[in-house]
Amino acid sequence: MKRIILQLMTVGLIFGVLAGAQAGQITVKGSDTLVILAQKWAETYMGLHSDVKIQVTGGGSGIGFAALQSQTTDLCDASRQIKAAELQKCVIAFHKRPTEYKVALDGLSVYVNESNPVSELTLDQLKGIFTGKITNWKAVGGPDLPITVYSRENSSGTYEFFKGSVLQGGDFAPSAQTMPGTAALVQAVGHDHGGIGYGGAAYGSGVKHLGVKKDDASPAVEPTEANVLNQSYPIWRYLYVYVNPALDKDDIAAYLTWIRSDEGQKIVKDQGYYPLPLNLRSH
Amino acid sequence: MSEPFPKPAPVTQRWQGIQRGKNRHPFEWLVEKMIFLVSLTAILMVFLIFAFVTREAVPILFGQMNSAAKQPVIPVAEMDKMPPEVLRNYLELTREEFASMDHDTRQLLMQTKVDAAKDVSTDKDASLNTTEWRYLFLPYQWTGYDRPAYIWQPVSTIKKYNIVPLIVGSIKATVVALLFAVPLALAAAIYVSQLARPKFKEVIKPAIELLSGVPSVVVGFFALIVIATFLQGIFGYESRLNAFVAGIGLGFAIIPVVFSIAEDSLTSVPRSYTQAALALGASRWQAAWQVVLPAAIPGVFAAIVLGFGRAMGETMIVLLASGNASIMSWDIFDSARTITATIAAEMGEVVAGGDHYRILFLIGAMLFVVTFFSNMAAELVMERLKRRLEGKA
Amino acid sequence: MSKPAAPNTTDFQSKEFRFSSFFFTGLTGLATYLILALLAVILVNVVIHGWPGLSWRFVSTIPKKDVFDPATTGILPMIVGTTIRVIVMTIFVLPVGVITAVYLTEYARNTSRVTRIIRTAVNNLAGVPSVVFGLFGLGFFINFVGHNLDLLLNNGEKAWGQPSLIWASLTLAVMTLPVVIVATEEALKSVPQGLREASLALGATKLKTIIKIVLPQALPGILTGGILAVSRAAGEVAPILFTGVAYYMSNLPTHLTDQFMDLGYHVFVLSTQSPNIDQTQPILYATVLVLLILTFALNIVAIFVRSRMRRHQRSLH
Repeated sequence: MKRIILQLMTVGLIFGVLAGAQAGQITVKGSDTLVILAQKWAETYMGLHSDVKIQVTGGGSGIGFAALQSQTTDLCDASRQIKAAELQKCVIAFHKRPTEYKVALDGLSVYVNESNPVSELTLDQLKGIFTGKITNWKAVGGPDLPITVYSRENSSGTYEFFKGSVLQGGDFAPSAQTMPGTAALVQAVGHDHGGIGYGGAAYGSGVKHLGVKKDDASPAVEPTEANVLNQSYPIWRYLYVYVNPALDKDDIAAYLTWIRSDEGQKIVKDQGYYPLPLNLRSH
Repeated sequence: MSEPFPKPAPVTQRWQGIQRGKNRHPFEWLVEKMIFLVSLTAILMVFLIFAFVTREAVPILFGQMNSAAKQPVIPVAEMDKMPPEVLRNYLELTREEFASMDHDTRQLLMQTKVDAAKDVSTDKDASLNTTEWRYLFLPYQWTGYDRPAYIWQPVSTIKKYNIVPLIVGSIKATVVALLFAVPLALAAAIYVSQLARPKFKEVIKPAIELLSGVPSVVVGFFALIVIATFLQGIFGYESRLNAFVAGIGLGFAIIPVVFSIAEDSLTSVPRSYTQAALALGASRWQAAWQVVLPAAIPGVFAAIVLGFGRAMGETMIVLLASGNASIMSWDIFDSARTITATIAAEMGEVVAGGDHYRILFLIGAMLFVVTFFSNMAAELVMERLKRRLEGKA
Repeated sequence: MSKPAAPNTTDFQSKEFRFSSFFFTGLTGLATYLILALLAVILVNVVIHGWPGLSWRFVSTIPKKDVFDPATTGILPMIVGTTIRVIVMTIFVLPVGVITAVYLTEYARNTSRVTRIIRTAVNNLAGVPSVVFGLFGLGFFINFVGHNLDLLLNNGEKAWGQPSLIWASLTLAVMTLPVVIVATEEALKSVPQGLREASLALGATKLKTIIKIVLPQALPGILTGGILAVSRAAGEVAPILFTGVAYYMSNLPTHLTDQFMDLGYHVFVLSTQSPNIDQTQPILYATVLVLLILTFALNIVAIFVRSRMRRHQRSLH
């Protein structure tokens, strides 16, 4: 028994020694929205530069910022801009503002059930529906059917973004069902005749994507790539990478430049997001 | 306790009482003391859990947190006039951090505060500290709402931390789970312990152990994919995921708990009770229902209380199947957001050490206290039952 | 075993009695079978839908591009992550659990106050909600132990004070402590008292008796406890959510301070985050099947060992 315990302690010590920090690689942490895209970037880049190792982990934008601030990650992926509290912590740690790079565009679609005759709504109507002021499809020219609002977890960047751009600071209706992921939301709306929800434009087989009008007078715009890129579709956001300015050199700088080059942006398109407009790309 | 192995009690006492003298066997004495110390780990852990979950919530408990969107801002130009200590407090820095910073960095930090203040809306509620007790538990008339309401909207310009909808959500799902699981598990416990052939018992007990071995994320997945669709087909309610679906899923998880404790306490009722009843002409069912069950009723109570604690604390099932809307509604066919699901879903994105983070620890600590007391109650009752049955037997 | 033969009481009963007896026996029996049916429905559903998606490629592939693409994804990192975290957990929980059980059965007097408090603590630990363990892991292991380790060893640079394998494993070790204690206690109690007395009579000390005689006799039962703890921990997701699990990692974990991917959490990810539910359904079911096979295999081994142990114990008495 004693011997076993001793052996276990030795094993523990060895593990402990092994657990030191690892050098010579770029670590990326943050938004779950971006994790698959970031992984694709990393894979392709490592194929081009065999001397660079890139390690990608998800967890959420908040976790990414916490890691950035504690300097346990080199790059932080975020589906939202840095918050005041996080910015202050970064300034305390770096003595500088973290550098923000826009790395891709993401359009958000509004989904309804395929059986729903409504095919376009104005931003005001959307706001009314998602804040719970409008509760029946009749009010927006549809059938006499109660509206079920599907929303995302308040921890998701998508939630905050939709709230900021469509609800303009208002709160989601308390009766909004909170889905843990876009897939679950799409599935729920697909099964619910009166359902409405929102999510990435790349998602959503089995549901209808609504056209969105800025106001009554303007035409309805579909969330297609062209419309997001020329910014006529109103619900879109940037995706970001943040970095400690002191680290933004050598391998990391080269990688960040590559991400924002034409080559890196081609991968963005393959993943269902929208590439940066030409003026924001690096050359 | 179910197996009749009569142990010669006094001998056992003597064996356990053997202790090494410090002088004759110093090494063994030492080892025995160590064994005793290690065995205190469980006590230490319960204490640490309470201490460290509460520790993160302390600033809320003592009102030291301020979640007001509008914080007092000092213009950057004022900086050089401020005494260092005041400046340090304003910038929320520790002494080391403050000392390590040059003038430019401090100025930058002041600028970020000014910038943050610019974004804040002119909402009348912007200067409220929403972590105060009355906002946590009482309804409030928020801007943009028709009437005073219990609102959980922690990600918002004005962060609304009312806990009541979450408590209601937890209770709703738990009540459904108990209504579903307790009758089933209890009936099965009566059947297995009193009515069925002993051979059957050897099959069913492992099977129910197996049911308790199904990971809760699998039950949650099953509730989300299969049960939700199935139940909506039967009842035809509006929202597919709701407290009812989550409650049925929770029922799967607590059936083994309720069953095994109820079965244990029914079996521990001395056989002489049943034999006497049968001798007086009762049927097997009557003996079970009118004699054995009343004798074991505290055990049944303990089983229900433990089932309640388990259902309140279960996370993955409700996270997947309850719809997670923080509605203040007692309708079980409305979706519900439970305390556990809220913690699990929101912890990943909160600013560590911020007010949202601390509120999540606060509701975690509340949950711990509730389950702690229900465990204690169950244990006390079981203890009494055992003593009573032993005394009478 | 002395089982009282059920007296034939039919003659004393009136017709109504027999009917109600029959009815209620049937009703409670029905409830029992319903519970079995619920278990069967879950199993059959998962096996039917999960089997076709299961392949050697699936369980041996590290997904490099898209975890939601059935053609290229795999669950090797999740299987590895779950395995490592339960192994590390076992290293910590087994010694502590066994020693506690040794104290409770071999040394403690049941009437003493300390013993009663230890037992109460063990029962309470068993009832703490799993998500509270997660908060505890974050608040104690990461923010307190890890943070202070960093201050001591790394000059405040973060290595320990963040979610990682070691903290997730330790959190699970605390959670499964009661399982090990209860199972070991049962095993120790099943060792006949005569063996202890014989050993003492031959001049062995008490500690020697426990180490050389009692513990080896109780080994199968102790192992059962370990297996049950592993099976319980393997399926738990809530305690590791904030203490170490990663949504996605391209590499296998190599250090105890690395994060890891996990089977149970992956089930959650697949069922909620997939871009196309219908497309992901086969791999979701296959992942559930693997998780179920893992936990059930362990459970069945434990049940088997325990029933053999009980039979053995019966033959000794």
